[in-house]
Amino acid sequence: MTIQFGNPDRPNSYIGKTVPRPNAGRLVEGRGKYVDDITLPRMLHVAFVRSPFAHAKILGIDAEEAKSVKGVLRIFTGADLAEICTPWVAVLEHLKGLKSPPEYPMALDRACWVGEPVVAVVATSRSAAEDGAALVEVDYDPLPIVTDMMSALDATTPVLHTELGDNLAFQRLHEEGDVDSVFQTAHKVVSAHFKTGRHTGVTPEPRSILVDWNPAERQMTAYHATQAPHMMQTALAEHLDIPESRVRVICGDVGGSYGIKVHVYPDEVATAAIAKIMARPVKFIADRLESFTTDIHARDHEIEARIAVDAEGKILAIDVDDWTAIGAYSVYPRTSAIEGNQVVNLCGGPYDFANYRAKTTVVFQNKTPTCQYRAVGHPIAVTVTEGLVDMAAAALGMDPVEIRRRNMYADDVYPVTSPAKMRFEGLSHHQSMDKLVALMDYDALRADQAEARARGVHRGIGIASFIELTNPSPFMYGIGGARISAQDGCTVRMDPDGSIVALSGVTEQGQGTEAMLSQIVAEGVGVHPENVRVITGDTQVTPYGGGTWASRGAGIGGEAALRSAQALRDSILEVAAAMLQADQASLDIRDGQVVDTDTGAQRMPLEELGRIVYFRGDTLPDGLPRELVQTRHYITSEYPFAFTNGVQASYLEVDTETGIVTLLKHWCVEDCGRIINPQLVDEQIRGGIVQGLGGALFEEIHYDSEGQLLNGSMADYLVPMAGEMPDMIVGHVETPTKESALGAKGAGEAGTAGAPAAVMNAINDALRPLGAQVTEMPFTPERILRALGSIED
Amino acid sequence: MKASAGGYARANDLSHAMELLASSDGSGRVLAGGQSLIAAMNMRLSTGDMLVDISRLSELSGVTEEADTLRIGALTKHVEIGADPLIRAHAPLLAEAVTCIAHAAIRNRGTIGGALAHADPAAEFPACMLALDAIIHIQGSNGERSVAAEDFFEDLFETSLEEDEILTAITVPKAEAGERQVLQEIARRSGDYALVGLCLVARSTGHWVSLLSVGSTPVLAHNAMTLLDQGDVDGAVVALRAEIDPPSDTQASAGYRRHIAGILLRRAVAQAKGEIA
Repeated sequence: MTIQFGNPDRPNSYIGKTVPRPNAGRLVEGRGKYVDDITLPRMLHVAFVRSPFAHAKILGIDAEEAKSVKGVLRIFTGADLAEICTPWVAVLEHLKGLKSPPEYPMALDRACWVGEPVVAVVATSRSAAEDGAALVEVDYDPLPIVTDMMSALDATTPVLHTELGDNLAFQRLHEEGDVDSVFQTAHKVVSAHFKTGRHTGVTPEPRSILVDWNPAERQMTAYHATQAPHMMQTALAEHLDIPESRVRVICGDVGGSYGIKVHVYPDEVATAAIAKIMARPVKFIADRLESFTTDIHARDHEIEARIAVDAEGKILAIDVDDWTAIGAYSVYPRTSAIEGNQVVNLCGGPYDFANYRAKTTVVFQNKTPTCQYRAVGHPIAVTVTEGLVDMAAAALGMDPVEIRRRNMYADDVYPVTSPAKMRFEGLSHHQSMDKLVALMDYDALRADQAEARARGVHRGIGIASFIELTNPSPFMYGIGGARISAQDGCTVRMDPDGSIVALSGVTEQGQGTEAMLSQIVAEGVGVHPENVRVITGDTQVTPYGGGTWASRGAGIGGEAALRSAQALRDSILEVAAAMLQADQASLDIRDGQVVDTDTGAQRMPLEELGRIVYFRGDTLPDGLPRELVQTRHYITSEYPFAFTNGVQASYLEVDTETGIVTLLKHWCVEDCGRIINPQLVDEQIRGGIVQGLGGALFEEIHYDSEGQLLNGSMADYLVPMAGEMPDMIVGHVETPTKESALGAKGAGEAGTAGAPAAVMNAINDALRPLGAQVTEMPFTPERILRALGSIED
Repeated sequence: MKASAGGYARANDLSHAMELLASSDGSGRVLAGGQSLIAAMNMRLSTGDMLVDISRLSELSGVTEEADTLRIGALTKHVEIGADPLIRAHAPLLAEAVTCIAHAAIRNRGTIGGALAHADPAAEFPACMLALDAIIHIQGSNGERSVAAEDFFEDLFETSLEEDEILTAITVPKAEAGERQVLQEIARRSGDYALVGLCLVARSTGHWVSLLSVGSTPVLAHNAMTLLDQGDVDGAVVALRAEIDPPSDTQASAGYRRHIAGILLRRAVAQAKGEIA
């Protein structure tokens, strides 16, 4: 049955409407169940002694005094755990040349960053474990360190992992057209140096894991705050030598992930190893300092880039030289080369131009490893691209909206392949821009800006077009050899009371996945969303799937849910047709009732059908199929990724005496294809924008030259807070993907992708009359004053 | 991290608190609102403390009017100071400072005495005490003593309080008719510690200028004050930038702080004159 999405009054029309979130009431009432809410009999706690040095040889460990602490049961070194846990090497075959050394759950004889786990202290309480950890004496011999990114490959710089030969983890050069000759002859060439600040995704709930090993069943159960339960099942099974079928990962409520919880962390694997050795449940909850020193970091990039345009503002060529430093190891199993690779894939994304060169250089250093954080690589690529486009517009004396209109792919040109070789099925750059300009009343805003400037108040408008990669196929990880599923599945069943249960491989992180699934299943079957119970996050229960990352939950998990729901609808109607002696095609299910399609007349409630099937099956014809459980899987196949697009705008005021930026308003128009739940999409966009604004104005991990992390607390690491956030106006254009019946693409990362560039361009729009420009994020008051030349020393 | 306290006892009255402190062998720590101490304990920056909880000592709370001064009990909470009519009428600087202190949850529990005894140079109240020329009242095992605010703050998180002493109250002079009290500060986010903050009190007897977040203690800018008394604002800005030695940290460099101090002084003077809101 094809859903008439264009008709909002169709029966069971839940897709496209804001329906209540089934888990919202529970969470608001404090009835959520996070890992730390779980207490198991005989449960122990682990605390880690972590390296205080960025690079040091471990000469000896003396844990005698720690063992005497009341409550401390056992102490493990890296060597102890290595006996039962194999190391991992985070490389992918399709990222040619990517290298990384074997990494163990705890350092063996050498620590490579401040915060790397060195000793585990297991006790009856976290407090006792910490008391013990404070008494463990580790004898370190500091080694030469690598902290600076741009000199990491210099001959005089020490090599972090000598067995690798140098500090280069990965390099990729992509070249299309004749870049050099275009730059020699172009009407205008503009170049700039950009920096994006190393930051992290601060999750309200820290990383959490509780692992139980049952030796009688030879079964490991991990209660884990994770985005990808099946990936974790594989990782724990593989490295702890347990059959995959004997590892169960249960992911209950999760307090935010943003990509932080999609990786294999050494201390979490160590917790599992300890649980296996001690045959007791062991809990590890990261505290906030541990979060800052050991959650993955991201966005540590420096980029030299230039753009060539003709006299009409047409982009002729873009040339990008990106550098990123990823810490001491590539992170398992997704690797730390993806972010740089994305920069190569995404620069210039919205624009129809011919000559493109991009290179990324990924180096090791003695800092916390970096990996995928919300909108991987996008904020960097959008900042570079949109920064250059604005600078080119200024050089030509052209309006920033106008130069974009002259270069964006026309809305009727699709499918098209970009100079970065990304394939776009259908985007809406011009429609989105038109809608944005109308929403923000661009001309009125320009008038307001001019009026303010006359008063000596410096306001700026910044525009940032973007593309976003969603719904990834196996081209993202699978082809590289990682056991990370791009496919996802959903099982839908009808119980005797006519209620529906849906089990999905995608996961709920607090963003509303279960609401989205409930309304799709409700529409697909023909019941009210309240009568759909959604179960996610249990590898022993749900269909195998990839989980939630890369904006895939709605597009992939949603389509699997729709297909399974429609299959269940067909099964129900087959039984109903037999019972009612009617033609199956003449029947429909509406609001939990079997009805005549044409008249809507009620024929039978689903609970009556359930009663007959489950308790009086003897009354049904022999051989009548009565499978009220259906499973379907979905994977994209025509396109490696479903790209979305959008455009953001920022209006802000710069206090040129103090450098303080006040955000006045923010707009985003985006196209994520079919919108399933407008409120959830809007809040995804807003939350994403907030994290993008954090990167633009506030968030930066600071290290000193010795590799010491300087701001590991919520007082010193500034996350964006409500008081500084502007009103956000969100608009949509819907270009559904034709690959799926649902037509949904991802919406989770668009806000983060475009917000930093919009803010940068707005600040520079405000500063331009003063001859100043900023390109180093975050744009702190001091960086703005230094750009203005106000500070003497 | 989990806090590791050495013990906890709740004092019934001030003399009980003094006894508890005296019997704690030097590990006693006075717990008032706990908004800095508990956070430090939860990061194990402070361990083994014998906590002496004075938060229920009602005799240490509240604002009372004296002849030419206001007496503010040490346990008066930030939120109470912000709303107190006597404070608003006679020491408006303190009410203004409350709007800059952290967030509502902290203001609801944090106390002025705790903030002063903690002596964070980035906090607002210590700098306000300097600008208001306040007197700090202290109870010790040998009786009471009083100390001028400028002599109270000795170094980073260090005051003239002895181990067996408790800060009990503050007295501040009532503002004269026509006196202006202004606080200007720059913070990255609402409620953050200021990158730099400046208090200006313009009295008939002269100007008082104090700063926060520019050193290991809150400081009085004596040279700038002298020049303001002479009506030389430009000179005061130059003098102010010369007489402070601010730190560099992850939020801002010394150079930025020095520059901003001058900007804030200009803004404070303009605000005191009613030229800006």
